[in-house]
Amino acid sequence: MPAIHNKIAHRKKILTVFLGCALVLVALFGRLIYLMVWEADYYAEKATQLHERERSIKAARGRILDCNGEILADNRTVCTISVIHNQIEDPEAVIAMLCRELELSEEYVRGRVEKYSSMERIKSNVDKAVGDRIREYEIPGVKVDEDYKRYYPYGELASKVLGFTGGDNQGIIGLEVIYEEYLQGKPGMILTVTDAKGIEVEAAGERRVEPVSGNDLYISLDRNIQTYATQLAYQAMETKQAQSVSILVMNPQNGEIYAMVNVPEFDLNDPFALPEGMGDNLSAQEKQDMLNRIWRNGCINDTYEPGSTFKIITAAAGLEQGVITPQSQFSCPGFIMVEDRRIRCHKVGGHGGQDFVHCMMNSCNPALISVGLLLGVDTYYDYFTRFGLLTKTGVDLPGEAGTIMHNRENMGLVELATVSFGQSFQITPIQLVTTASSIINGGRRITPHFGVKVVNAQGELVERFSYPVTENIVSSETSATMREILEMVVKEGSGKNGKVEGYRVGGKTATSQTLPRGSGKYISSFIGFAPADDPQVIAVAIVNTPQGVYYGGQVAAPIVRQLFENILPYLGIEQE
Amino acid sequence: MADRRRRKKEQTEYFFDYSLLFIVLFLMGFGLVMIYSASSYEAQQEFGSGSFYLRKQLIADILGLVVMMVMANIPYKFWQRFTTLAYFASLLLIPMVLTPLGVESHGAKRWVGIPGTGFNLQPAEVAKVCMILFLANMVCLMGKKLRTAKGLIVLIALSLPHSLAVWLITKNMSSAIIILGIAMLMIFVATPDYKRFVIMGAIAAAAVILIVWAIFNTPIIEKVGFRGERVLAWRDPEAYAQGKGFQTLQALYAIGSGGIWGKGLGQSMQKLNFIPEAQNDMIFSIICEELGLFGAIAVILMFIMLLWRMMIVANNASDLFGALLVVGVMGHIAIQVILNIAVVTNTIPNTGISLPFISYGGSSVLFLMMEIGLVLSVARRIQLKELA
Repeated sequence: MPAIHNKIAHRKKILTVFLGCALVLVALFGRLIYLMVWEADYYAEKATQLHERERSIKAARGRILDCNGEILADNRTVCTISVIHNQIEDPEAVIAMLCRELELSEEYVRGRVEKYSSMERIKSNVDKAVGDRIREYEIPGVKVDEDYKRYYPYGELASKVLGFTGGDNQGIIGLEVIYEEYLQGKPGMILTVTDAKGIEVEAAGERRVEPVSGNDLYISLDRNIQTYATQLAYQAMETKQAQSVSILVMNPQNGEIYAMVNVPEFDLNDPFALPEGMGDNLSAQEKQDMLNRIWRNGCINDTYEPGSTFKIITAAAGLEQGVITPQSQFSCPGFIMVEDRRIRCHKVGGHGGQDFVHCMMNSCNPALISVGLLLGVDTYYDYFTRFGLLTKTGVDLPGEAGTIMHNRENMGLVELATVSFGQSFQITPIQLVTTASSIINGGRRITPHFGVKVVNAQGELVERFSYPVTENIVSSETSATMREILEMVVKEGSGKNGKVEGYRVGGKTATSQTLPRGSGKYISSFIGFAPADDPQVIAVAIVNTPQGVYYGGQVAAPIVRQLFENILPYLGIEQE
Repeated sequence: MADRRRRKKEQTEYFFDYSLLFIVLFLMGFGLVMIYSASSYEAQQEFGSGSFYLRKQLIADILGLVVMMVMANIPYKFWQRFTTLAYFASLLLIPMVLTPLGVESHGAKRWVGIPGTGFNLQPAEVAKVCMILFLANMVCLMGKKLRTAKGLIVLIALSLPHSLAVWLITKNMSSAIIILGIAMLMIFVATPDYKRFVIMGAIAAAAVILIVWAIFNTPIIEKVGFRGERVLAWRDPEAYAQGKGFQTLQALYAIGSGGIWGKGLGQSMQKLNFIPEAQNDMIFSIICEELGLFGAIAVILMFIMLLWRMMIVANNASDLFGALLVVGVMGHIAIQVILNIAVVTNTIPNTGISLPFISYGGSSVLFLMMEIGLVLSVARRIQLKELA
């Protein structure tokens, strides 16, 4: 019967439909088992990340300590004030309280409070006392988190060397930037379980991941030498009405910097302050430019024409190449003709006949030009390169300026002549000190530096830094001769104001005109080292645009003398 | 004694499918518990009452039960004479969403407001029921003509207009697929042939694979449209975490973090606003998170039992019309359950399909209960001696 046949056919098909559907549903079992057993950990982890709100706990930044263990940069507990949008019950009360306590504009606070976000920071680096007061109001939705702020116990001391940190405790300039990875530490976290709108789920509680403190940085800087050098620099700046004064004190044997002063310094605890009365009518960009000028480290970031102090390099090259000896005779009529140019000596009448030692003692330009010409452009340029003057010193501070020098191809005899006595090119003070150190220390080009070692919060040594040294940039004989010549410069020559009773001091003065020439502005400088036969300390003083007398021998040499009178005994260098 | 004998006589002659009723009641009760669990946090925030959605669903469920009882007590043959009317009326109802009576929700015009009642009707839901009634009757009318290719084509052609209208006018592709799916299952059961269906299935599968392949290899992602983007988000939900993949990814987090035993009833984290409107289409992910693999499989088993009961009823229906009605309802529920779970587990691209009896939604539960009433009505006509 077709009807029955049909019915059986239908039943088979209905069974097929059912089994088909059941099969698909069983396949979905499989999918569920895959997701909920195999992938369960992956998704559970992802979900936990999604549900937990992080509040970071700042790690204590590592301290910076000087060579005697004096703390130069430290941390102070401060507070960060935030609001949690969804927990605020009375926005007006919150706004009023925050404006009053934090002395912020209502417009700013209102913007932050009414912004729809899980958590909004109102102000960081708030005094602990203010933070405690805000916490005592117990207004719902206001969170006070404690963290650390950088604190510099000595305020202005070595401001351009140490640098300071920003709102997130990150280094902005100076050593704070270079050693960021050692100092910063690892922030911790408070993980709070929240719903999608950021509301805390009360039953879930909190998880804490503790922060790891940063490492302490020990530097070669000596607070006592730095303090004294700063005093001398300010004194000179005031008496000479100078624009700025830089003093750099270094160990010429290994490149450890004892002091680096650039006055005027600025207050590290308030680095964004502009001088009184200035900055009122300035745009944000102009203000930033002004701050950048204030923060500049003249010893490293700025180049200048070194002038006569550079004769050390010319003399060393001449001696090393053998084109002159200390006994070589020179005659100075008061000028020298190079090609069609007449280059004058600073002594109008000329120095007359003299040996090379006296040429250096008198800082005679024609004699040094003669040495340069004897070497020739190529050889001179080779020495310039060999001494490391074309490369940066590699000092561990940010923004070191490179040397501004003629190209070898463009260098004619006139250029060679001017370079020979320190003009027509520019180097940084740190470059001059480093090169001079290398010439007097036996011919080893050292890397100037501050960083000595890094120690963790538990007092264990993490890393001791080593710095590259290039051997034999001059022979030890040349080095010894240079020490003798430079000692004579201080003993009986133009640098006699740098003489220190009881010590053998070597040195060289310089008086350079600033560009453009004829502006009547000068830079007076003196580079000195002691003891002359075995240099343990080298110092340079650079006075920018002094008023009145501007000769290096009279302006800068006395600064180094006073410095040496104090620090040579302090450093334990015995008198003769 | 006489009383007992009469009851015994009734029992032997007529059948009421209590198993089916129990399964439906269980699913609805379970649905209410899960709706409360999934929605109370959000309801508390938005309406100040955690039981806001629960109460609305409870009223809809009670109304649904009443509708079901009424339908169960009306002999299903009564509807046979209205099927053609229902076919055209439901088709005409679809464009009504474009008239001022149309109601917009979630950015789509898919509802028609009934003036004066405040009640919204989804023409697609009406179309599903009417399609079941119409096709069941049509098959009976066509009789042996169904065996010919021409008969098959006519039947398929008759089932297309609703599906196309729902797709093109209300932009509701998932409902269109469900309507077409119900029709195809009914036609499959009604005709004795297998080969043609295998060929049609193969062509459809090939077309789907081709389209998906084309979307995966599109050079310009902007050109694939929002459906194309859903397909791309399906392949890699984490790459579309802030857009089309958001809901799927949140559901996967819920499912995955549930593990084998779940976090426990009420302990879902994802319902705390992470999954928007967790009580709707994505409720299965909350079931997985709270009750684990164990709970999820138990729910699926309940649906399989429901389908099995319907198969029994369909196989024993006293006539072809009744059998096909049950097949239609069975197909409807099966397709929705499969598609919903497949979407939630990211087995197929995301599309909005609710989980029958469990997802929140008054209109949906009313029509489902109407269909269950139809099935119960068919079951009541089964004479026990015929029960196989």
